[in-house]
Amino acid sequence: MTTKHDIRARVHEIVADQAMIDTTDVSDASVPADLGVDSMGLVEAIFAIEEAFDIQVPFNANEPAKSDFDVSSVGAIVEAVTRLVCEQRGVTDPS
Amino acid sequence: MRRVVITGAGTINALGIDVASTMAAMREGHCAIGDLDIRDADRLTIRIGAQVRDYDESAHFNRQQIALFDRYTQFALLAAGQALAQSGLAFSGELAARSGVILGTSGGGLNTQDENYRVVYEEGKNRVHPFVVPKLMNNAAAAHLSMEYNLKGPSFTVATACASSNHAIGQAFQFVRSGMADVMVTGGAEAMLCFGGVKAWEGLRVMSRDTCRPFCATRSGMVQGEGAGIFVLEEYERARARGAEILAEVAGVAMTSDASDIVMPSRQGAERAMAGALRDASMTPSDIGYINAHGTGTAANDKTESAAVAHVFGPHADRLAISSTKSMHGHCIGATGAIELLACIMALRDGVIPPTANWREPDPECALDIVPNTAREAVVRASLSNAFAFGGMNAVLALRAV
Repeated sequence: MTTKHDIRARVHEIVADQAMIDTTDVSDASVPADLGVDSMGLVEAIFAIEEAFDIQVPFNANEPAKSDFDVSSVGAIVEAVTRLVCEQRGVTDPS
Repeated sequence: MRRVVITGAGTINALGIDVASTMAAMREGHCAIGDLDIRDADRLTIRIGAQVRDYDESAHFNRQQIALFDRYTQFALLAAGQALAQSGLAFSGELAARSGVILGTSGGGLNTQDENYRVVYEEGKNRVHPFVVPKLMNNAAAAHLSMEYNLKGPSFTVATACASSNHAIGQAFQFVRSGMADVMVTGGAEAMLCFGGVKAWEGLRVMSRDTCRPFCATRSGMVQGEGAGIFVLEEYERARARGAEILAEVAGVAMTSDASDIVMPSRQGAERAMAGALRDASMTPSDIGYINAHGTGTAANDKTESAAVAHVFGPHADRLAISSTKSMHGHCIGATGAIELLACIMALRDGVIPPTANWREPDPECALDIVPNTAREAVVRASLSNAFAFGGMNAVLALRAV
């Protein structure tokens, strides 16, 4: 079972790992680049997200803005992961 | 210093099995990118590439050779056969001692590694073929060329990822120019289109799923190719004295390091390499009529390379042609600079500038004459060939018509 709360917590952990900061320093409002996550860090974080939730994330590092996966903030990533978890498990609610 | 000329060229790549067919395809703006025909392709996310199609190794090599020659070595040997035949050279005595081979490759015998890891990990076997090591090693292709043609001078392999061939050719050029050698066989070979090779590239998220569109606003990333390009570099007076056909002159080279990031290119590193090659060749920016771009079709490369060209060439940047032939033969990684040297030779010798294929709409950050989709006739007296590798290792060659 994966609730939205679990997804948020896990995404925050993954971003914090990548930025090498404490998880408590990550919020939904955080912007990955501001936390020190560069484009390669983002690619690695997305790999970690795919592994953690067993999903496929549509992300092209060439044009992140054009990918169907919003990485503009940590909260946006949480929403996008929630959507993908629902879509790829064929459910309407992540839990 | 001695002058250095190219007296033989050979290739096999997705566009053609020799120089003539490759250049004909480049003239037509033919894109050789298609569905990958490799084992376990259904488990790949990226399923396209510029593959050498309908390739039957047994048509070229016997059973004992195949046991020793990885696909990349086979490509190198086939291309070298053409180059050496064109040069008309045979190596014995003093000439053999003063001739060598420097090749570029990134993955070396990657197919051999992939197949044998599969055997021991997936199939659980505890024994592999006795020649796995001599088949997979990165110097195997160079070694087989030295043995096949009796090249007894300096021979080695250069590995600088996507710039391997240009570093190799640049080094071979310096050997001949300085007098360390009289003839050098050089170029590069790559065969990375196997399951493990493509799977590794997928991870970076810079690969396109449709096709390669360098310098285009709708670009979607790079597409991998494979093949080999091999050249015979020879001291100019020697080539002239024996009446050899001269394809072009290698006039200069520059190698630089970004010293900044393992994957993101730096404009300054690219600029220093282009400006350095011009200086080394005693050329001015206005001498250059054509640049074969690194042009991978990734946002990072295309924008950085365009800015670097604009900065090095100033007003002349709008008067020169620049194209990325990777749009046709794919990114052949350690062999790509060698295959792209053919585009420069075609421009210098035949007066035909190959296009950037698959191009759709302008990118304001790549506002150069990128020769979209259709080849162009032009008199080109001098040319640059760019290679900017992961690791921030850059090598640019300067060529001149003879």
